[in-house]
Amino acid sequence: MENIIISLKNAIVDFDGEQILKNINLDIIDKQFVTLLGPSGCGKTTTLRIIGGFQQMKSGSLYFNNKDITKLPPHKRQVNTVFQKYALFPHLNIYDNIAFGLKIKRLSDKEIKSRVQQTLELVNLIGFEKRSVQSLSGGQQQRVAIARALVNRPKVLLLDEPLGALDLKLRKGMQIELKNIQQELEITFIYVTHDQEEALTMSDTVVVMNDGIIQQIGTPIDIYNEPKNAFVADFIGDSNIIDGIMRKDFLVDFAGNSFTCVDSGFEKDELVDVVIRPEDIKIVPQAQGKLTGVVESVIFKGVHYEMMVESSGYEWKIQSTLHENVGSLIGMNIEPMDIHIMHKMEDKL
Amino acid sequence: MKSKILSIPYIIWMIIFTVIPLGLVIFFAFTTQSGEFTFSNIVAMNDYLDVLFRSIEFSVIATIICLILGLPVSYLISRLARGKQGTMLMIVILPMWINFLLRTYAWMTLLEENGLINRFLGLFNVGPFNLINNSGAVILGMIYNYIPFMILPLYSVMTKIDESVVEAAQDLGCSGFHIITRIILPLSKQGISTGIITVFVPSVSTFIISRMLGGGTNDLIGDIIESQFLGNSYNPHLGSAMALVLMVIVILIMSLFNQFGSEEAVI
Ligand SMILES: Nc1ncnc2c1ncn2[C@@H]1O[C@H](COP(=O)(O)OP(=O)(O)OP(=O)(O)O)[C@@H](O)[C@H]1O
Ligand SMILES: [Mg+2]
Repeated sequence: MENIIISLKNAIVDFDGEQILKNINLDIIDKQFVTLLGPSGCGKTTTLRIIGGFQQMKSGSLYFNNKDITKLPPHKRQVNTVFQKYALFPHLNIYDNIAFGLKIKRLSDKEIKSRVQQTLELVNLIGFEKRSVQSLSGGQQQRVAIARALVNRPKVLLLDEPLGALDLKLRKGMQIELKNIQQELEITFIYVTHDQEEALTMSDTVVVMNDGIIQQIGTPIDIYNEPKNAFVADFIGDSNIIDGIMRKDFLVDFAGNSFTCVDSGFEKDELVDVVIRPEDIKIVPQAQGKLTGVVESVIFKGVHYEMMVESSGYEWKIQSTLHENVGSLIGMNIEPMDIHIMHKMEDKL
Repeated sequence: MKSKILSIPYIIWMIIFTVIPLGLVIFFAFTTQSGEFTFSNIVAMNDYLDVLFRSIEFSVIATIICLILGLPVSYLISRLARGKQGTMLMIVILPMWINFLLRTYAWMTLLEENGLINRFLGLFNVGPFNLINNSGAVILGMIYNYIPFMILPLYSVMTKIDESVVEAAQDLGCSGFHIITRIILPLSKQGISTGIITVFVPSVSTFIISRMLGGGTNDLIGDIIESQFLGNSYNPHLGSAMALVLMVIVILIMSLFNQFGSEEAVI
């Protein structure tokens, strides 16, 4: 059985009478890389702050290894944080910033020195020891923030968009680094991002949040292939979301046509969201297509082309390695297994 | 070129209000009544060394107490919600709008033998205590009058300390005590040294407060200087010499303090 290291139960947080977290339940499995993913303002930082001990809940409780730590002050928690705004100590140089936690723990100077050195190496900042915080670029400061938390080898590391200020290349490199560090040191990572690609490539478990509610918890593959609702489908990769009617098991109507699908268990004639990934729509000659449409725009995206196609009152996004000319009439086919049927979300956003 | 023109009013101001008065003080300090050069005024300071040392002692004590009181007060104000910070600062500054003679009279009526405090204690059959006409009352008067000069510079640096930096320290294992010694104090260094100077300088040249609350036996160098100009022992030459010596001592103490200041506040 996997060991649950952190468990958040029925967490509710209010700011100025507005509910920001609406009954969050979250179990974090020990030694896993868990990502909180969601749009800006959905409550990711707030959730992390509860675990770090900086945010009081209106109601709810927090357990660490089955011990209730709801009321435990931050400095007594075996958790370290990489803050979204870095929060480096402006009066200390880079070495002393990173050594700060170890000095508080009264480790020997020798031990502190070797650990700081090792961590500086990890984040690629050798030679920056004597520099002041103010003299560093945003990305360098961010790496100091990572080092300052990581050097303590906490049981759980909370990272709030730790790579947000880095350029794409450095970010990719750091993603791999962080993942390696996490696996090598066997630290539980709770990682906040709003970059879905980052979440999918790094995580063991992804927690998709929106509007203070957890939408779905699962492995990256589950989340991508079996999104629970249209929000998750849309947020994880691009999606076409079309209104449909479930006629009976394995048969759905949308865009003026009936399609066989692989979903069942819906009510007869239930209004549903039909989700189709842009790469799952096959372009065929007009006569062979179940749907037909007019190409409205084509954008080159590097690996593929992205086309917007107008068909039966919807804008369809299609990704393909080949492209059609703007204005041309095309046919479109969709395999049954690529048609994902979802219940309409109870509260429309 | 433009900057030169802009600096003219400032230069005129400096000449009228700083250079000329300072020149006059120096001139008076080194001349006799008939205008001849002399050191006798400076030498005469010897008779007042005890008063001078008392002034320094009292103002050092007052400055230290202002710092000890000012640090927590300023920190608490700086952590309040933005709107409330203004109100609290207002309360700190408000007494300064009242003439300082009146403020000191108010303390007299509080501290007197049959003043408010002793009468209140009398209700419980305690006292009366001797609260006025001693050195403690003079130091209290200094603290009361000058503590805003400590709180304001402290507040202005502390309000710039980002709450997230305090949280980061907590996150890394700092309890309350370590947050104060490792984060708040080092980051307030600039305010601490400004506050010490702005309290110490007026304290060491305090007058009247010492006479009103000290009962005549705790006169400070400021009182002696004042009496050389306005009192019955009229002698502006001696008064100028005293003022000059006091100024030199203050400058020496301050530059000494600044030498240490850079390392001292780290703790
Ligand atoms: N101290 C506060 N007072 C009032 N409202 C707050 C406070 N902190 C956060 N909020 C609100 O709570 C909501 C959630 O904020 P949170 O910082 O958790 O979002 P987030 O998911 O981390 O977003 P981002 O990706 O932009 O960092 C936001 O609407 C925010 O405005
Ligand atoms: Mg955030």
